[in-house]
Order: sequence, then C-alpha cells, then structure tokens
Amino acid sequence: MRIDIDVNGHRHSVDVDPSQTLLEVLRDELGLTGTKYGCGEGRCGACTVLVGAHAVASCTIPAQSAAGPPITTIEGLERDGRLHPVQQAFLDEQAFQCAYCTPGMVMASVALLRANAQPSREDIAHALETNVCRCGTYPRIAAAVRRAAAAGGGETPR
Amino acid sequence: MKPAARSEGASRREFLKMLGGGLLVVLVSRDALASPALGARLTEGPAPGRPQMPENVSAWLHIDQNGDVTVFTGKVEFGQGIRTSLAQEVAEELRVPMSSIRLVMGDTLLTPFDMGTFGSRSTPQMGTQLRKVAATARERLVALAAERWHVDAGRLTTADGRVTDPQTHKSARYGDLTAGRTITADVKDDVALTPAAHWTIAGTSAPRVGARDLVTGRHQYTSDMRVPDMLYAKILRPESIGATLAPLDSSAAESMPGVAVTRDGDFVGVTAPSPVVAAKALGALRATWTPAPGPSPSSRDIYDYLRRTPAPEAGPGHEGGPTEPFERGNAAGALASARHRLTQSYTVAYIAHVPLEPRAALAQYAHGRDGDRLTVWTGTQRPFAVRDQVAQAVGMPNDRVRVIVPDTGSGYGGKHTGEAAVEAARLAKRLGKPVKLVWTREEEFRWAYFRPAGVIDVDAGVDADGAITAWTFDNYNSGPAAIRPPYPIANQRVTFHPSVSPLRQGSYRALAATANHFARESHVSELAHMVDMDPVAFRLKNIDDPRLHDVVQKAADTFGWPGTNHQPGHGIGVACGFEKGGYVATCAEVSVDRGSGDVRIVRAVTAFDCGAIVNPDGLRNQISGALVQGVGGALFEAIDFDHGVIRNAHLADYRVPRFSDAPAIDVVLVDRPDEPSMGAGEAPIMALAPAVAAAIFEATGVRLRSLPMAPSGIKLAAASGAGSS
Ligand code: FES
Ligand code: FES
Repeated sequence: MRIDIDVNGHRHSVDVDPSQTLLEVLRDELGLTGTKYGCGEGRCGACTVLVGAHAVASCTIPAQSAAGPPITTIEGLERDGRLHPVQQAFLDEQAFQCAYCTPGMVMASVALLRANAQPSREDIAHALETNVCRCGTYPRIAAAVRRAAAAGGGETPR
Repeated sequence: MKPAARSEGASRREFLKMLGGGLLVVLVSRDALASPALGARLTEGPAPGRPQMPENVSAWLHIDQNGDVTVFTGKVEFGQGIRTSLAQEVAEELRVPMSSIRLVMGDTLLTPFDMGTFGSRSTPQMGTQLRKVAATARERLVALAAERWHVDAGRLTTADGRVTDPQTHKSARYGDLTAGRTITADVKDDVALTPAAHWTIAGTSAPRVGARDLVTGRHQYTSDMRVPDMLYAKILRPESIGATLAPLDSSAAESMPGVAVTRDGDFVGVTAPSPVVAAKALGALRATWTPAPGPSPSSRDIYDYLRRTPAPEAGPGHEGGPTEPFERGNAAGALASARHRLTQSYTVAYIAHVPLEPRAALAQYAHGRDGDRLTVWTGTQRPFAVRDQVAQAVGMPNDRVRVIVPDTGSGYGGKHTGEAAVEAARLAKRLGKPVKLVWTREEEFRWAYFRPAGVIDVDAGVDADGAITAWTFDNYNSGPAAIRPPYPIANQRVTFHPSVSPLRQGSYRALAATANHFARESHVSELAHMVDMDPVAFRLKNIDDPRLHDVVQKAADTFGWPGTNHQPGHGIGVACGFEKGGYVATCAEVSVDRGSGDVRIVRAVTAFDCGAIVNPDGLRNQISGALVQGVGGALFEAIDFDHGVIRNAHLADYRVPRFSDAPAIDVVLVDRPDEPSMGAGEAPIMALAPAVAAAIFEATGVRLRSLPMAPSGIKLAAASGAGSS
C-alpha cells in the first residue's frame, strides 16, 4: 500500500509492505541510513527516531502506522550545515567509540531535552536505558547530554 | 634488509605512477610480522590491472606534490581510535599537521599485508613501524632540500610540512621538494625517532578523525552501503548447531518475483531485489533438519563436560598465550608444606560479543576481459585472512579477491572471521550481481562465535608472613592468555587444558586474560583473607614488578583504599594484573540490596600503564569502555544453550550493560614516556570482575566463583552459609 510520510520536513509517498517497519522504510526506501539496525526488537535503541516529539524505536513501528506525524531522523538535525547542539555536545565530549549507537543516542537525547531541559543524572539514565552502547561510553554520553543541556539544550524551532 | 627483487622495484614504480609521483617510503619487514606463508606470497603476482606492492612490505606512506600524505596500513578502525592515533604518530615524526594525513586502512589491494587488528598490537607494532616510515620520509625530504640548496642536511629544520634553513631562511614545502619526481626510499631500522618526551602531536588528546560524520549519521558502515542492481540476501539457518539439511522445498520462494534460491550442500541463500521480499522468501522455504549426532551438553552441565572432554590441541579461542605447561620449583612439595593452603575452582560462561553492528557484507562480482574479480566490503578484524577465506570458498585465487573494511561498528575480538563475507560472496559469484547481506541480531547470537567457557582450578600456599610460596593453576578451555601469575612465586605449575567445545568459540576482548585474572585474583583475595591481610597490602607484598606495584598503589590511593564507614550492604575489592604490555589495577565498590539480592557496581577506579601515551583522551575512553563492557561479563552475561540451540538469542533475554549499570568510573593514567607505547583496548577489562567478586564478599560474606556472578541477583539467605570461607 502507498503511504505518505513526513520525514525531516519532506513528504514522501512510498509503497510499503504490511510487514515493513518504519526503520526499513527509512533505510531501504528512503536511503536514510543514519538510523541503524541493532536488534529489530526494540531493545537497543540504535534505530531511534523522533515521531512528533517522542523518541521511538523505529524497528517496532509498522511503516503503515507512521503516516501522519512528522518524523525526524539523525539526518534532519543539522541546520544550514550547523550541528544540532546535542550533536555538537557528542562531538565535544567525544562520546563514542565505534559510534554505531550514536545516531540513536543523539535522537533519544534530543527528545529528552525537549521534554526536560535540565535533566538530572537519573533522568538521563532513565531516558537512555533502552539505548545500548556496547562500547560502554555511557559516562561520556551522559556528559554530552549535560553539556547540551547547559548550552541551552534546545534548538531553534523548525 | 632483504634484497629487493627486481620485480619489487618495478611494482614500486608502477605503484608510484598510480599515486601520481611524489615520495614513497616503504618498510620492508623481515620478522615475525610477516605471515608464515611469506615466501609463497612473494611469488604471487600483482592483481590484474592494478600494480600491487609485494607482500613483504609492512607499511608505506606517500607524499604527493601538494604535500598531502597518504598512509597505507592493513589495520582497521573498529572504534578503538587507531585511525586517529596512528595519524598522530605519523604527523609527529613527519612534522606535518594532522589534517594533511589520510589513512587508507584494511584494503587488501592497497594496503600492506597484515595479520589483523587484535591482541593490542596496532599501537606497539604498527605505530612504531609508521613512526619509522614517517621519520625516514622526513630524513629523505631534508636530504632533498640539502641537495637543492647545497648545504649540510644537519643544519636544516622541519616543521609544519616544510624544510627550512634557519641560516638563509630558505624554506620549501614537502610537496615542492618531491614535485615532478618519483622517489622511493626504504626504511632504515635504526632511523632516529622522536622521544615521547618531545612529542607535540602524539601524546595529545587529538579528537577522532572523521568524528563529524559519526554524529551526523553520514559515515557509511558496511551495513549502510548500496550499489546499483544490488540484491539483498538471507541465509537459511539450521534448527540446531551442526544439523544437516534433509529435504528442502524452495518452490514457493522461487515463485516470488525476483527471488533466486541458491543451494550448495547445506548452504542455502535467497536473494531478492528488496530486503522485505528476501525475508519473505526465506520464510517460504520448507526445510527439514537432522540434528547432529553425538553428545550435546547444555549450559547446565558444560563445566563437567569441558573437564571430561580434552581436545588434542589448542583451537580457536585459545590464542594469545603459552599452550605448553609451565613449571618452576616444586609446586606439589611446596603446597604440601605450606603454612596456609587454599584450593578452589572457578568457572566462566560462554558469552557473546554483541557488536552493535551485526556482521554484514556487500560482495560485487565482475567478469571482465582479464578474468573475474570479486570485491567484498565487510567489517572484519582480519581483512587478509577473510580475503583468503572468501577466495577459497568461491574457488578463486587470492589475488582476484579484494576485501575492503569500512570503519566498523565494533568487534571486541568477535569479527576475526568472514561468515557474512563468504555467504555474500558465494551468492554474488553465483548470480553475477552485487549481493548485500546483513545478519540479524538473532543470527549474530546463534551463528557467530563465543568467548570460550572454562573451568579453572587453583591451589595455592602462603607462608607465615603472607608470601605466596606455591601455586598450581589448571585452566580447562578458557585459554592461555595471561595464564601465568605476575607474582614471582617460587614454586608453580601452570597448565592449560584445551577441551572440545560444543559451541563455536573464538577470540574475545583480552582473550582468556579476563577468565585467568578472575580466577587468579579472586584466589589471591581469598588468600589475603585467609591470612588476615589487607588485600592491597597482600598484593604489594607479593609483587616485584615496580610498574605493577605502581598501578596498584595509584588505584588504591585514588579510590581512598580502604576508607572507613562503608554504607551497609556496600563492599570494596581490588585486583590487578599485566597483559599485552599493559599494567592494570582496579578497585571497585559494590552495593548489594539486602532484600532483592541485586548487585550494583557503584564505582570503579582503574589505574593503567601502557607505556608512553599516544592519545590520553582516547585511552581514557578505551579504559572506561572496557570497564563498562566488563560489567556484563562480571555480573550477568551468559549464553544459555541446550541440545545445540542457543536459548537466549535476543537482547530481551541476553542482558548487556545499560546506562544504569555503568558505575562511576575514575581512570588514572600512568604515562611512561620512557617506555614503548602498548595497546590499550583489551587489558583494562580484566581486573574488574575479580575486584567486584571481592567487593561482593566484603558486602555479603558470599564468595562467588562463577562468571557471571549475579545474573539474577545474589541469593543471600541460601548462599551465606556456604560462602563464609
Ligand atoms: S534496532 Fe530497533 S531497538 Fe534495536
Ligand atoms: S560507540 Fe560503539 S556501540 Fe556505542
């Protein structure tokens, strides 16, 4: 079936299979490979995108039900070549090793800071608990989120 | 130096032509770095259509007429940061900014032969080699300038990509010195290197090269790659390990549009123009499997099985240490006469690497006028070994196969092999089209290999004033890495016993060093307790290596050992060790919930010494990451299996460390500018588990001697009696 989805401010009309997930549509149909596959079962967060203001595991969302609300992926964060404050904070803290988890971590952090501009340590751990960094860079990621929060965390609204 | 064969000189010139002239500096290896098959390799011709360097060269570097530097190394970037640290070392010796250096890594056509990126060897070996190459290049450039200006080379200086004569103020860019020329130079083994104490680029916390693409999602991992006309593959997996395929009905799958089913013995792959169709076609295959014959141990009886089932020789997972027994003095006699004696057994479970990027490969087959060619992109730690593996699987000569490793989503020793590469290559060759295969998480759990499970028996004797006098250590199947104690015990017998493993096993971060340290350091803590000595003091008494002594002291000081007034339910522990040139000591504090038995590692302090530090921030990142990863193996990671089936092949059932599992971490770097730089990706993981075990004992009186220690918390009531050793 054909659906219209709004990704990073662009409308796309895509033919999707009922078995397809939003993650598969983003990666395979739209070529937005910044969003990663890590488990396909909603347990690693590598596939995290924003649907509206919420961070969701795109591997658990049937593509069909993604029609409608605006979707933001890691590719949609930069503004005129300028990194989003959260991306900049990850860079400043060098909050990655292999960085395969990074796009998902960044998206989950963006959602957290939109909902809670000054998260505590516990808030950060809680919000990112479903995002796995197998390289174990959690302490740096937490530092990056705090740094982004201190920098105003927020962003220029679209 | 090996006499350069004429063909070698010729192919160097061709290679330079391809690079567009300039200065090419090569390091000819003549030591153990070269593969055993070196002789054979030298006789292989270059790949058709493209000049290739002879394979006895272990590193090379090129400077073009713009002064841009390209470094070729067979090492690969898996998140450990060597793309950055190697560039720092080259920039340092060559006196150029980091930004003018590009590293070509892990490409079997373009980069020198390399055994692989493992064993923490990239920094001590490749780093040193590239420093020599860069230093030679700089010498050569200075000589060129001296020639041009008719001055003595000794008075010329180099900085920022230029040679300068301080007396005449003449100055020339490196690129201008080489412009329009093709110059090759060999590395002299005794070329002068810049001492670490004088480093200005190496030794600093340079940010990761290419980091911007990592935070924007622009970096293309293998699993992100696409080429035109690419087919997506899925592989049919057996129902259980070792099962054989009886009948296969593929008619339903084959009737799907664009689907091809390729069968070759028990290998069955489906390909389709899209991943959705490939998945559906896989689901439509009707296969029957016959389970493997023979005994099929499960995770419940694995340790007995490993003891009972010796393998004739060491196998995969048994790398990185001496496999022959080690004896010194008279262990049996010294044990019998020891004042205090303690015998215990320790076990470690199979665990999975769970690299966040599962195995993936893109294989492209081309049949041209000059024969056929296969190119495979895949994330492997051993590109050359995988090239050979692929070539053999598809029946092509090695030099027709090219393996390229894009910077990869981690491995931790889990990607030494080329399963996905071989599978994609078989399909690509059969179909004559590019084929991409990305393993699912479940496939990664079921069909990759594991860190070996093992049993370790330790028997030790201590004299009246706390010196360890006797030591026997019998390791069944874990592996021999770091099997010998770092303590100078007069009477020892250390034996590794390889077993037949029912599960596929292989390398893991630090190999068996984690298991051996868990057993050894747990035992040492028990000995200290038995003789009523503080575990830090007990270790310091028994250590004779000053560098090991130092890290223990520094970790303890920073931790505030032993401190006072621990909160109820809290305990502290310490452990230390030496492996792969790295000295490590970890102090840990745990809290155990009296009600639920849940264990939390509250904080960990690790002091680490790996010689001269090339990139302090990168090193901190590695150490901290190793500790967090170590939490999983220490507390809850274990493969659950039965009758050849992995029963927890999902992240929902296999628990990896998450945000709230990470302790507060304090890393103490011990920089030794006077010592060679060693690797750091592995050793820092190995002292955590025994430190945590000791801390749990202090908190609860329960000795835990099996990894993982607390997959579902500690059963305090039931175990407390047995635990008060
Ligand atoms: S891939 Fe979606 S949560 Fe892991
Ligand atoms: S940096 Fe490798 S998984 Fe997070």
